[in-house]
Amino acid sequence: MANDNSIVVLGAGMHPWGKWGRNFVEYGVAAAQDALDDADISWSDIQYVAGADTIRNGYPGFIAGATFAQALGWTGARVSSAYAACASGSQAISNARAQILAGLCDVALVVGADTTPKGFFTPVGGERKDDPDWLRFHLMGATNPTYFALYARRRMELFGATEEDFAAVKVKNARHGLANENARYRKEVTAEEVLASPMVADPLRLLEICATSDGGAALVLCSKEFARRHGVSGSTVTIDAVSTVTPRFPQTVIEMPNFSTDSSVAAATVGPTFKQSIALAAYEEAGISPEDVSLAEVYDLSSALELDWYEDIALCKEGEAERLLRDGDTTIGGRVPVNPSGGLSCFGEAIPAQAIAQVCELVWQLRGQATGRQVEGARVGITANQGLFGHGSSIIVSR
Amino acid sequence: MSSTKTRVPAVEGWFTLDDEAPTLLGSRCTSCGNVAFPKETFFCRNPECQSREFVETPLSRTGKVWSFTDACYQPPPPYVPADPYVPFALAAVELADEQLVVMGQLVPGVTVSDLSVGTEVTLVLDTLYEDDENEYVVWKWQPTASGPEA
Repeated sequence: MANDNSIVVLGAGMHPWGKWGRNFVEYGVAAAQDALDDADISWSDIQYVAGADTIRNGYPGFIAGATFAQALGWTGARVSSAYAACASGSQAISNARAQILAGLCDVALVVGADTTPKGFFTPVGGERKDDPDWLRFHLMGATNPTYFALYARRRMELFGATEEDFAAVKVKNARHGLANENARYRKEVTAEEVLASPMVADPLRLLEICATSDGGAALVLCSKEFARRHGVSGSTVTIDAVSTVTPRFPQTVIEMPNFSTDSSVAAATVGPTFKQSIALAAYEEAGISPEDVSLAEVYDLSSALELDWYEDIALCKEGEAERLLRDGDTTIGGRVPVNPSGGLSCFGEAIPAQAIAQVCELVWQLRGQATGRQVEGARVGITANQGLFGHGSSIIVSR
Repeated sequence: MSSTKTRVPAVEGWFTLDDEAPTLLGSRCTSCGNVAFPKETFFCRNPECQSREFVETPLSRTGKVWSFTDACYQPPPPYVPADPYVPFALAAVELADEQLVVMGQLVPGVTVSDLSVGTEVTLVLDTLYEDDENEYVVWKWQPTASGPEA
């Protein structure tokens, strides 16, 4: 499936997700060393470092690609840093890919890591009356699960989704992640346990909303020519598309952290929604169709949101996601397993690392190295995520 | 007693302080007619429009629920919760004339069991929180059928 704009994934690495309470730099360095070992390449050979950023651990100069480069030992490598909420990792991958495809470098390291506080994500501190993210908490008490729950309730009313369907997503992902040594939660849950957990934002319960986690993920990416020189033979895993599209006006679905949607008064709503357009752009760039996909890693910030993604990445038509789930199509062993890693359900979210971690999982699946959760015969995988302020991404990986 | 306190908006310029018939205050682009809430002030967000001029426009007071939920756990700061915390419902509400969806809390006492997609709601003002001098008010939605206008 590789095309002229494909780059090779030479190595993938992670620091396990958890609540370790240490500095994020430590997780990033551990993941980077893991990816370098996997690539059989030394840090000093890396020409370009792309960091994925968060706002949580300080300020932009401190949380940057350079922070990881210094911790690994200054080598003079060129550097970039990307902040794009949940899509930060993908934008870091995109930066590295652009450098490689432009011929400005041959081999690059992408790193993202986070240390998170307990409980709800909260906005940046201080009194910030011009910041919609601050204001939505202050004026409405609207947390991230508020928005996830609005989508979930709408699915129930429009498409007949049930609380049992949402619980079944959690049960599936918990089972998928059982053997994943990088996952934070490795415990089987029953539908009864999910439905007995406390309601957080009706209809979503505690076990259906992803936690916030510490973790780190890294990739070593290179040109096809570099991979050949490096002695990579046989089937290689390539990144064939990186979509980082923004919404199109009018954006008519309410999104974090906004108070309202755009109005359709002055411009008619045409074409796909924002979330649909994220994956659509990736399919177009890779020159493949959704039928070619063997597996997907999507952003299950809530159990119900995973069902939205089935439709948004075009695994099925609108309103058919529940049937896909109930038929077992998205379970390992089914037609197109979704979140074989266990997803955010088993990981919790380590924001700048998460989009990179999604790609790591696809790489291990395509190489046949996903012990205890292998999707047999996987050839093409897609990731999808979306976060605050109109950021989202989708990456297509193949072998 | 709250009646001795000064009523002030929890955010300046987003709604009228009219107790009888409060409205949200949006903007309307003088060139393309695009409506925005909160108000656009410096550049129209319609990519086909280059306008920098807007007029303040009151938004419809009634709309239909697009979707709804509640906050069973106390939201973190900068939310200022009642003590003890009382869960509240929230809704995203479609305004037909403006063709947009705007969020807000429901008035106290309304729960998710009172709501459906399509439920008609009306805008009212209600206390968000209080301090020693002021009562800070904000817009909330109230099911039209249960309101004073029913």
